[in-house]
Amino acid sequence: MNPALHPALSLHNQLQARRQFLRCSAMGLGTAALSSLLPQNGAARTVPESRAPARQVIFLFMAGAPSQIDLFDYKPHLKDRFRQPLPESISMGQRVTAMTRGQQQLIAPSKYKFSQRGEGGNWMCELFPYLGGVADELCIVNSLNTNAINHDPAKTFVCTGSEIPGKASMGAWLSYGLGSLNRDLPDFIVLTSAYWTGGTRNTQALYARLWGSGFLPSRHQGVAFQSSGDPVLFLSNPGGVDRAIRRHMLDTLGTLNEKHFSEFADPEIRTTIAQQEMAFRMQSSVPELTDLSTEPESVRQLYGPEVEKSGSFARNCLLARRMIERGVRFVQVFHRGWDHHSILPQQLPGQCFDVDQPSAGLLTDLRQRGLLDNTMVVFAGEFGRTVYCQGNLTNDDYGRDHHPRCFSGWLAGGGIRGGMTYGKTDDFSYNVAENPVAIRDLHATILHQLGIDHNRLTFPFQGLDQKLTGVEPARVVREILA
Amino acid sequence: MTINPIRCLALAVFLAGLPLSANAWQETVGFNRDIRPLLSDRCFHCHGPNEHDRQAGLRLDHAEGIAAVVEPGSPDDSELWNRLTAGENEVMPPADSHKPRLTPDELDQVRRWIEQGGQWEDFWAFVPVHRPKIPVVDNPAWNRSPIDALVYRQLQERGMSPSPRADRRTLLRRLSLDLTGLPPTPRQIRRFLSDREPAAWERAVDRMLDSPGYGEHMTRYWLDLVRFADTNGIHHDHFRNMSPYRDWVIRSFNQNLPWNEFVTWQLAGDLVPEPTQDQLVASGFNRLHMIIDVGTALPEESLHRNVVDRVTAVGTAFLGLTVQCAVCHDHKYDPLTARDFYALAGFFNNLDAQPETGHRRGDDFRRGLQAPYISLASPHQQSRLDEFTRQIGEWDSRIAALQQAAAGEDLPGTPATDGRKDPEVREDPEVREDPEVREDPEVKEDPELLAARAAREALLRQRTALEDAIDFAMVMKERAEPRPSYLLVRGEYDNPGEPVARNTPAFLPPLDPSGWPATRLDLANWLVRPDHPLLARVTVNRFWQQLFGRGLVRTSEDFGAQGQGPTHPELLDWLASELVESGWDVKRLMKQIVMSETWRQSSVAPADLIAADPDNRWLARGSRYRLDAEVIRDLILSSSGLLVREMYGRSVKPPQPPGLWRTVNMPGSFPNRYEPDPGDARYRRSLYTFWKRSMPPPQMTLLDAPTRESCIARRERTNTPLQALLLLNEAEYLKAAGRLAGQVLAVDNLDTAARIERAYEAVTGRLPDRQEQEALQQLLDRLQAEYQARPRLAAQLSGDGAPAGDVTRSELAAWTMLVSTLYNLDMTRTRY
Repeated sequence: MNPALHPALSLHNQLQARRQFLRCSAMGLGTAALSSLLPQNGAARTVPESRAPARQVIFLFMAGAPSQIDLFDYKPHLKDRFRQPLPESISMGQRVTAMTRGQQQLIAPSKYKFSQRGEGGNWMCELFPYLGGVADELCIVNSLNTNAINHDPAKTFVCTGSEIPGKASMGAWLSYGLGSLNRDLPDFIVLTSAYWTGGTRNTQALYARLWGSGFLPSRHQGVAFQSSGDPVLFLSNPGGVDRAIRRHMLDTLGTLNEKHFSEFADPEIRTTIAQQEMAFRMQSSVPELTDLSTEPESVRQLYGPEVEKSGSFARNCLLARRMIERGVRFVQVFHRGWDHHSILPQQLPGQCFDVDQPSAGLLTDLRQRGLLDNTMVVFAGEFGRTVYCQGNLTNDDYGRDHHPRCFSGWLAGGGIRGGMTYGKTDDFSYNVAENPVAIRDLHATILHQLGIDHNRLTFPFQGLDQKLTGVEPARVVREILA
Repeated sequence: MTINPIRCLALAVFLAGLPLSANAWQETVGFNRDIRPLLSDRCFHCHGPNEHDRQAGLRLDHAEGIAAVVEPGSPDDSELWNRLTAGENEVMPPADSHKPRLTPDELDQVRRWIEQGGQWEDFWAFVPVHRPKIPVVDNPAWNRSPIDALVYRQLQERGMSPSPRADRRTLLRRLSLDLTGLPPTPRQIRRFLSDREPAAWERAVDRMLDSPGYGEHMTRYWLDLVRFADTNGIHHDHFRNMSPYRDWVIRSFNQNLPWNEFVTWQLAGDLVPEPTQDQLVASGFNRLHMIIDVGTALPEESLHRNVVDRVTAVGTAFLGLTVQCAVCHDHKYDPLTARDFYALAGFFNNLDAQPETGHRRGDDFRRGLQAPYISLASPHQQSRLDEFTRQIGEWDSRIAALQQAAAGEDLPGTPATDGRKDPEVREDPEVREDPEVREDPEVKEDPELLAARAAREALLRQRTALEDAIDFAMVMKERAEPRPSYLLVRGEYDNPGEPVARNTPAFLPPLDPSGWPATRLDLANWLVRPDHPLLARVTVNRFWQQLFGRGLVRTSEDFGAQGQGPTHPELLDWLASELVESGWDVKRLMKQIVMSETWRQSSVAPADLIAADPDNRWLARGSRYRLDAEVIRDLILSSSGLLVREMYGRSVKPPQPPGLWRTVNMPGSFPNRYEPDPGDARYRRSLYTFWKRSMPPPQMTLLDAPTRESCIARRERTNTPLQALLLLNEAEYLKAAGRLAGQVLAVDNLDTAARIERAYEAVTGRLPDRQEQEALQQLLDRLQAEYQARPRLAAQLSGDGAPAGDVTRSELAAWTMLVSTLYNLDMTRTRY
């Protein structure tokens, strides 16, 4: 034992050793299942799995940054300030992007109608009719805020807790901290839309780092499912190899690997055997997961017509529900295309159409199956958009630049209180006026609902105890908990 | 395997000691080895180098601070002890720090350290390298090399003993994989096995060090460290061509460029008097960071990020320090202030270039270039270029004259465009045509003018094509007027505090510049001075890591207080001093290590030894670990005969599953689609594979290759089902299996056992024993029965090419799957 070893790492190693041992013993019984059920970083848990409000998470990531002013953060009085310059007392020298630097900041009110939905009376935009129908499941947060003003660092910040590439992503942390709920599928799966109703004009880039494992062992990284071809890379047997042949091959592989284990005694060899068997099981479990033929019409209808299109957000929402059912810990669904710098009214309806019915359907479906109580669903982008216009400005035509100081998202299920709105912005949806929720607060709240103290889920790297919530103090937003 | 009774006894003694305190065998508690890591982890955050966070004016990273709270010899009179063991409200670390309390074992160490005198020691990594006395040990074979004597003595102290040498086949495979990243061919194996002379090993070592594959393999590690890639990594993640830098690194390793020059040229090759082309190319090290394309970020911020990235790279690669921690505040654990950071930043903020890459147009964009860069045209290419330029100039004059005649008016100084029209890059729908370069519609369509224009256009196209074949290397270049560096408050680019002069951190040897302001060359000279405590240690540790799977300092990226101390401090210092004293001779160092008994030990070990030292920290056996992604791929290609050994040049695109880039790219990203290369290019060694930072090749990342977004000094090694799927199903790997199967079947007059042996040796470097033979024969029988019963399946596997000679498709299919089985053995992808 190394006295210099960090306690967390030491504990991790002990658990690894125990896992290794159990894996070996389990192998003797002809199964490798046990190992994957063990927690991997028990130190971070504050309550046992059975008592945590949430067990699983679906993060609907609206990449490109939806306009909070047009969707959630209702500012009726802005109509009276059409084309007026944004008061400097509001912008307070806020930095802008290279795209609108040096330009006049003229107010562009939202052209969309808002109404109060559900018993809780959440204000919502007319572009979200279906989400309005489940408004009482939603806790809308209008006071999210971030540091970054450009897409790449901002997305990296939401997904990994840091603007600087190289940190572990949210799902990787959960895989590391909570371990597996299933024996046939990855802990963390990523789905990306490959289909847009309104075209691909605004699809900002994504990066594998957004679901990477960073400094954590790479087995915790998100597995990005593909919308065409094999859903999991290299899943299918190549042409000329069927399941019987694969089985023969794996049997011999097992025999030979086992023989080499008897010579070298390296437990890693048995891990290899177990993983090859897991791969074999995934060859059935993943196609079973992605085969939607067993979903009845009544369920498909919940997600809307686009569910029939491979790669659509609707299809991915339905897949996410199937993953949750099968014990995947964290599902992250990326929908790009919200980067509406100009002609926003031409672009926004298509984007909303893409996500409205599917995400409402997802909540309904989860609720009907009794899964929503233990599954937290989060809907957010990387930042918000400016109240002032970028590009052409008329009543019906405007665009909006990036805005980190405030933006909106919603949470549902997993012990979150529905039918409420949290946080307030000023009259211009420019600054947070009440109850700010920083990205690290959102992270801390998600972890808390999963039974994890965000200060204790750590991993030593580059001399620091790395945390998802970073170095600045983070706060669990208890006001939104049920 | 034979059991060594003495070793078993030693092990029994060792294991018997385990239930006691983990340090029962260690008589004395060392401050640096045992105590400092505890203090750093639990106390330095509030009682360390960071002035801002310091509580109660106490710092425990200083001798005076320790003296203030430690009463030598009597723990109970020591404030340190009393606070570590105090009751709930007084205990350190306090609950709100979220730091774990000291464990009973750790407390026991602190107590014993105070009892033993509570002596302070300066931090090991920041004191000069001390060349140790080499002990004489009681095993003659382990006295020949200082490496062995130092390792052996520490084994003895732990009641352990070394393992015997590995067998010769294993050794040759290990040597070949460790030094060249390629497996030995059956011919190389036979050559080595038939050389029974005492110098056979040394000859084999020299052959490996002299082979071109050595430089390629060494380079591959270096590329992780300096985050070499083929795209910008941010925003659009456009193409960026740094391949001349990679070529230079390969040549440098193969030519054994002394390490001090290797470092100096990269940091400041452009500042060396009358720099050579190689020195300029090497300075491209400073251009390897991620960089954003123009349009969304603010240039001031981009400049700041680039500089931080460059300094961070120097910290990781050459200093083994996490200097980036001091961007926003003084380092919490190491004596590095934010001021120190910006003093270093001053060396790297003066690049004479835009802080963002240019617009999506033009030859530079298409070629992945951003000024400043140099042309690497051969003399022949250059003279052809000059000729094109001359002819184009002639046509320009001719056209101007014709235009004048046609317009009938005087047009002095027709704008000389030099013919570069900034052609648009096809894949980018967002780029609009630049109105300034449209043809002038006023001009009459004079046939002679049209012909002249056509001739000029043709020449332009030829010149562009020629330029496309020429390599250009992005280099470092100073602005004439140095840009001042400011201490940025909280690391915010738009919040400059006081100006900071270029300098090096105060806790390291002083900078001795040729003048002020100091230059990057001064900084390089400072790094390579023989008494620098970090560069040589950090360097030899990474080479050791390459040859043993883990460094003597496990945290090879962090030699600071939060890193792990060396398991063998004297050995680390001995290696460091050897490197410096040999004139920074890397090949000599690698040779010394692979000639040692320590490196040549068998990795076969009893299970209890593995359980007692799972990470092989104490080196009582040879190391055993999974090969890196690139080595696995190269091994498969090489053993099947598919590998193309062409060296150097631009990155290549072997096939990958379609559609991957589509999930991350923007419509305007260039290139937008992954188009695999045809022909030989897909079978080059993996270090030439095109590396897109936002979506690197899955064949690599699934096996723990980093994304190359940040500097990585060591890779994780995991074992996942996705890796199993990759090796089982990847199309090119299966093609390789088919290829080797075809070769084995094509040999005349061999029985099945002999054919299996050939395949087995080609893939694993070993010969199958009876049990392995039987298992594989049985598999072959089953597979042949399956494929004979289902010929369509067999045809699918063997593809278009009909098998040679009288081999049937079902035979070829069965053998293909047999070879694929060999490729999937744990042993095949393991270094042992």
